[in-house]
Amino acid sequence: MLEIKDLSKAFGNKQALTDIDLSVPEGVIFGLLGPNGAGKTTLIRIINQIIEADKGEIFLEGQKISPADIRKIGYLPEERGLYKKMKVWDQLIYFARLKGLSLDEAKSRVNHWMDKLEIASWKSKKIEDLSKGMAQKIQFIATIIHEPRLLILDEPFSGFDPVNAEIIKNEIIGLKNKGTTIILSTHRMESVELLCDRVAMINQSRKILDGPIREVKNSFKPEIFEVTLADIQEGLPLEFGAVEIAPGEWHFKTSLNGGTPNQLLSKFMSLGQVTQFDEVKPTMEEIFIHQVKSAENG
Amino acid sequence: MDKIWLVIKREYLARVKKKSFLLATLLTPLIFPALMGVIVWLAVEERGSQALRIIEVVDENDLFFLESSEQYAFSFSDATLEEGKKLVQDGDRYGFLYIPKIDLTDPQGVVYYGEDNPNMNFIMRLENRLRKKIEEQRLLQSGIDPKIISEIRTDISIRSIRLDDEGTESVSNAAVNYGIGFVAGILIYMFIFIYGNQIMQGVIEEKSNRIIEILVSSIKPFQLMMGKIIGVAGVGLTQFLIWIILIGGLTTLVTGYLGMQLPQEQAMELAAQDMPTEEFSEAVPVNSDVAEILQVINGIDFFTITLSFVFYFLGGYLLYGALFAAIGSAVDAPSEAQQFMFPVTIPLLVAYMGLFVFVLNDPNSTTSFWLSIIPLSSPIGMMGRVSYGVPWYELLLSMGLLVLGFLATTWIAAKIYRIGILMHGTKPSYKLLWKWIKSSE
Repeated sequence: MLEIKDLSKAFGNKQALTDIDLSVPEGVIFGLLGPNGAGKTTLIRIINQIIEADKGEIFLEGQKISPADIRKIGYLPEERGLYKKMKVWDQLIYFARLKGLSLDEAKSRVNHWMDKLEIASWKSKKIEDLSKGMAQKIQFIATIIHEPRLLILDEPFSGFDPVNAEIIKNEIIGLKNKGTTIILSTHRMESVELLCDRVAMINQSRKILDGPIREVKNSFKPEIFEVTLADIQEGLPLEFGAVEIAPGEWHFKTSLNGGTPNQLLSKFMSLGQVTQFDEVKPTMEEIFIHQVKSAENG
Repeated sequence: MDKIWLVIKREYLARVKKKSFLLATLLTPLIFPALMGVIVWLAVEERGSQALRIIEVVDENDLFFLESSEQYAFSFSDATLEEGKKLVQDGDRYGFLYIPKIDLTDPQGVVYYGEDNPNMNFIMRLENRLRKKIEEQRLLQSGIDPKIISEIRTDISIRSIRLDDEGTESVSNAAVNYGIGFVAGILIYMFIFIYGNQIMQGVIEEKSNRIIEILVSSIKPFQLMMGKIIGVAGVGLTQFLIWIILIGGLTTLVTGYLGMQLPQEQAMELAAQDMPTEEFSEAVPVNSDVAEILQVINGIDFFTITLSFVFYFLGGYLLYGALFAAIGSAVDAPSEAQQFMFPVTIPLLVAYMGLFVFVLNDPNSTTSFWLSIIPLSSPIGMMGRVSYGVPWYELLLSMGLLVLGFLATTWIAAKIYRIGILMHGTKPSYKLLWKWIKSSE
């Protein structure tokens, strides 16, 4: 769907992006991660052709990206807003038409979405008369009104209350199921784990991580296992750092120490009844922090 | 192009639909006739109610005679200085003019006492009359009869005719030319300022409300900027058009209501417009004043003036409009814009002052020439000259340079705009703006 090859961009002396290669397959939700100032927004702006790269190329559906592709892309920037004094209806029609929709098309799509999100009664309200959450909904409609093939969302959940965030999350999943490719740039790792199929991480202008979320997580597992034992025999291995969670039931957290999971399991089996044996998988949050910290130290 | 049109439409409608636009558009033209009405009314009232002002005059030379007018009456007496002052203090007299024995070659010591501060006009009139009298006396002393003086005193007015290269003569009238230049210059100046500011406010709104990044993901920054500039121009033109219609209509109504008869000349002019000119001049014996005015009006090249006005009006607006847009894009709030307004305001002010100090007084001076050639001042400067008649090559040079100037400011503005709109929280300096202009992308 989207191929980014060898992309670099500098602002004066500051390197914003260095030799970025990315591949976003069709129909996935792609998490773009990285701390503030890493270069995510710059990358997104280049994809949106708001600014130009110094070096490198971008291909959308196999073709070198061009201004005509604006219609295929929907973009919800992190810094977003609407005309306060403009009516909801006028505003949505305006944004739809700027994306290249005809007036009739724009009208029918705006009607469709306002009905779908149950906000048809807001049509002639001005944005300044709406609550922040309401305005965010309008903003979301404005982003997807032209049914983009590629949707780029920069911190889409910021500013939403949990109820509206849930609605938007469901809409995102709905769009994905319809075949829309989505790039999600966020700090909120729980939404990344929930939604994303693939992730890439950018830190200090460079890509430091890229792949399907499962693989990324696997490559960062610290080889730690959680075990729960009941009916404990003699010789409790207290060196494992046991915690008694219920009378006669103990919980352990232990690493493999060079052995295999099978060896560890049989060791526990000899001690008592194993009621739980889980490998601890890192959360994206942990991977994120680990990566950023190791980059700072290294 | 379609997208620019969308932006133009939005910018236009968003402003024209506002209540404040309607209010300003309808109220502003009411102000002029209202003011006129008040002034006329006050003048009429004053003239009716004002008591005659009596001024006591003591002339120890027995030489001066001052004629009374509608407003002032002079009563001559032999009162002493003290008695005269007392008359004023008691309110029996409006003023007291004391002329001691004077040496005609060096008249000193004339004093006026009044309860109020007398106005300049009144004192000047008194001085004039006394001077005339003294001059007459001195002529008489030199053996010249004042009768001869008044006989040889002649009124003369110069008829000015403009002669162009082809030898065509046209009657011109400096006052009319002055008026045209004056009004056109001020209109352009106001238009640039009022609507330039609207452009700037609009850009700041889009930037501070964070609409801009959504917009520029759909449309090129340059298209957005030009759309806004043109849309706001449309608003201004609409407003001006409504004003012209309203002011014209209301002024006619008010003058009609106050029973001020149109001066005869004007009435005849209006009549003349209804008739074919040739027939008019043959059929009706015209007095020379009317003929003169008609000739002056015929002599004005309305075609060139209207055409240049539209050209400089739009050219000047576009040239400065782009700069206003650039300023708006560089700042986060209107209050920050102040520091960058300076380089935009100064040339406009220079042009405006130059119009009054140089151009209208001497349209052909070197300063006037340059003011009407340099693109930053030419929209105002050239409009001051054009009614006096400007060689076509100068007009062409000035217009050509204005187009180049417009392209240049737009090019510079677009560079600043493109980067500025995406910058938040950075306080821009001139140095930074220069960097943006230089950056090639």
